[in-house]
Amino acid sequence: MGTVQDATRCYHCGDPCEEGSLLFDDKDFCCAGCQTVYEIFSAQGLDNYYTIQQAAGSQPTADLHKFDYLAEPQIEKDLLEFDDGGLQRVRLSIPGMHCSSCIWVLENLSKLSPSVRFALVDFPKKSVVITYSTQDFSLKDLVCLLARIGYEPYISLESLGKEKKKVDRSLWYELGVAGFAFGNVMLLSFPEYFEVEEFWLDQYKPYFRGLMLAFSLPVVFFAARSYFKSAWKGLRSRILNIDVPIALGISALFIRSVADVLLNQGPGFFDSLTGLVFFLLLGRFFQQKTYAYLSFERDYTSYFPIAVTRIKEDGEEESVPVNQVVAGDRILIRNNELIPIDGVLLKGTASLDYSFVTGESDPVLKDAGDLVFAGGKQLSGLFTMEALKSVSQSHLTQLWGNAIFSKDKSTAFQLLTDRISKYFTLAVLSIALVAASYWTFSSGWVMGLNVLTAVLIIACPCALALAAPFTWGNVLRILGRAGFYVKNTNALERMARLDHLVFDKTGTLTVQNKHQVQYEGEDLSSAETDLLKSTLRASNHPLSRSLYSLLQANGILPLDSFEEEVGKGLFAEAEGHHLRVGSAEFVGLDKEESAQSTAVHVATDQVYKGRYLFENQYREGLQELFKALNSRYDLSLLSGDHAGEKERLEQLLPKGISLLFEQKPEDKLRFIELLQRQEKRVMMVGDGLNDAGAFAQSDVGVAVAEDVNVFSPACDAILDAKRFDSLKDFLDLSQQGMKVIRRSFLFSLFYNLIGLYFAVTGQLEPVIAAILMPLSSISVVVFATISTNYYGRKINSKS
Amino acid sequence: MSVIYVLLAISISVALLFFGIFWLAVKSGQFDDPYTPSVRMLFEDEIVKTSSDTEATQEFTTTTNKQ
Repeated sequence: MGTVQDATRCYHCGDPCEEGSLLFDDKDFCCAGCQTVYEIFSAQGLDNYYTIQQAAGSQPTADLHKFDYLAEPQIEKDLLEFDDGGLQRVRLSIPGMHCSSCIWVLENLSKLSPSVRFALVDFPKKSVVITYSTQDFSLKDLVCLLARIGYEPYISLESLGKEKKKVDRSLWYELGVAGFAFGNVMLLSFPEYFEVEEFWLDQYKPYFRGLMLAFSLPVVFFAARSYFKSAWKGLRSRILNIDVPIALGISALFIRSVADVLLNQGPGFFDSLTGLVFFLLLGRFFQQKTYAYLSFERDYTSYFPIAVTRIKEDGEEESVPVNQVVAGDRILIRNNELIPIDGVLLKGTASLDYSFVTGESDPVLKDAGDLVFAGGKQLSGLFTMEALKSVSQSHLTQLWGNAIFSKDKSTAFQLLTDRISKYFTLAVLSIALVAASYWTFSSGWVMGLNVLTAVLIIACPCALALAAPFTWGNVLRILGRAGFYVKNTNALERMARLDHLVFDKTGTLTVQNKHQVQYEGEDLSSAETDLLKSTLRASNHPLSRSLYSLLQANGILPLDSFEEEVGKGLFAEAEGHHLRVGSAEFVGLDKEESAQSTAVHVATDQVYKGRYLFENQYREGLQELFKALNSRYDLSLLSGDHAGEKERLEQLLPKGISLLFEQKPEDKLRFIELLQRQEKRVMMVGDGLNDAGAFAQSDVGVAVAEDVNVFSPACDAILDAKRFDSLKDFLDLSQQGMKVIRRSFLFSLFYNLIGLYFAVTGQLEPVIAAILMPLSSISVVVFATISTNYYGRKINSKS
Repeated sequence: MSVIYVLLAISISVALLFFGIFWLAVKSGQFDDPYTPSVRMLFEDEIVKTSSDTEATQEFTTTTNKQ
């Protein structure tokens, strides 16, 4: 980090910036936007923002017009949680929220606008609930206010028209009931444990036992209901899942205990029963750790603008929700907006970036009369287009019509626990029946029944059921801390059993929006470089922007004239010299000799100078990662891009990896399907929507994200791009997790065998069960936690 | 020794009382967000209000409303 600290950083957002280029209040800023936010904060006495956490801010949204649609009453109504005319309440998701300063400034929003009454942040969910009065204020004003201070809310089609989800707190209640009953039953069974022959204690025995019975009722019928439900579901679909023996054990415990108490035979097993349910629920609680603020279920609708500008017949512009656009409507697409619909370009020129749909990184040029497809992002200027279809029928969205998107991967996959529980259940049942019939014949049916229930009780696979939740729950946490966010524990177990990895190229192996630029041709003089940099400064084209940031120039010249031909190039004049920069044709070359790579050509004063070649920049550690992965997995690379980088990739990656180029989203999906037909378990590592089909088809879909809070398509895991080089360690940990679970199973089996000895010989006392069951559960939990931490220490030490 | 009935009744009703409080706490959403309150309690209310600040607030609001 030493070199980084030397550079000047923006006081607001912490991005590196040029020293002294934008100085305000003796502080450096990277852009006017950050400076504005600082001015706002300091004027309102919110300077504290910068002391809680340094450089906490993020750059504000420049274009507030995109929120115009929020003024539409229908959209507003859909988004609001509460509205009584004077007061409104809305819950907004703010992905940019990342530190305590963010919480502080958002909760003090009322200082920035007196209309805001109350703001409450939920940090784990990255959302804020804001109550405001509608006097001189509206939802649109609120969103604009947030965007201006750098906290742009994320509003998507998803959040519209859907029922507001209720918070599910049932696990808390169940855990509370089970814990409460467990504690009290333990206390009440103390006299029984010691078997003291004492007159008064014997006198009150029925009373104590009755109370225990009462406490166990809500545990069996309320707290444990989900196990019965799941077991019943499993049986109906003819699967012996782990909940079947659990439900069997709980029922046996309960029925036997009730019979014991009512017939005055003994104290029953109420302590074991309540303890069992409590531990099981604890395991489920531990496993349930999810990343509430990350969405793993996004489809194309999350990417689309929520509303577009429609041009009415009289030429007036209006903002309409995108799903109300029908064929024949004219819509206006501004700079940096996404085309939501297939259509024909009517007026203006479009330079469209389809990387998001196809993976192809070079912008495509379109003129009036050309067809444009949904999913393209406009890069320069604005244009008018006529819609040919409605949103759901567009080319891009058809991919989501594939049946694979409605399939749930986790139900198709059989977990190790469930595979084992099948044999386990059958074994337990047969042991119970054999032992019971032996005792029935030798000492009567009472004893037989006694042994039958004892076997079912002691064989209840509590430890077996706890091993997986605690192991995976802990692995999930370790990986999450390291920047690898897995959707659920089921995905982790699938990850442990992969044998083929498929990678996307653009944005996955390469760094997004970052290029290595090489210059070929005659060297430019320093005056020419100055002129070039000054020219590029005026352009918004992505290639100009990235070249501009890379060029070393002495100063900025004032331009005498400047012209930009959209999608072709720039022309500028200064101090008597002129310069053309852009495509080969634009600078006067006949045709580009190699269309395989992206290049920007430069000519000064009508003389061709040379070209800047843009090469993708590959992620750090890529070579080592692939080398390490190659020894265990089969690897393939699928790219939507042209084959221009093939040679470089062949050099970079180990031999024998199949490289496929110009793959459409459907091709990727089919490629994976083909591998799966050969009994391969496939992981897809990609980044954009163009990989969405492959994510859904693959056994595990991993989205690589530069910023995990922004966008990732539906997937099983999100990988922070900064930790891309650790992918192998993450996969290793999932396999080690599997090992831990297997060992825990042996552990629990060992306890079960001891217990079975007591049960089969007909001498199972409640006190033995009460010792053995919690002991086995706790030792499995401790073992699973310690060993996963041991294996995870390599990952932890790196992050 | 019959006092044990009274003692048990008291102890269980105390336990039930606490359990009821827990139930209400869950219901009111206290367990939904286990993180933010831990940060919030460390903030101080040190925003110094001066008269110029209130003016600035109004000025800022009007600019926001123009959007």
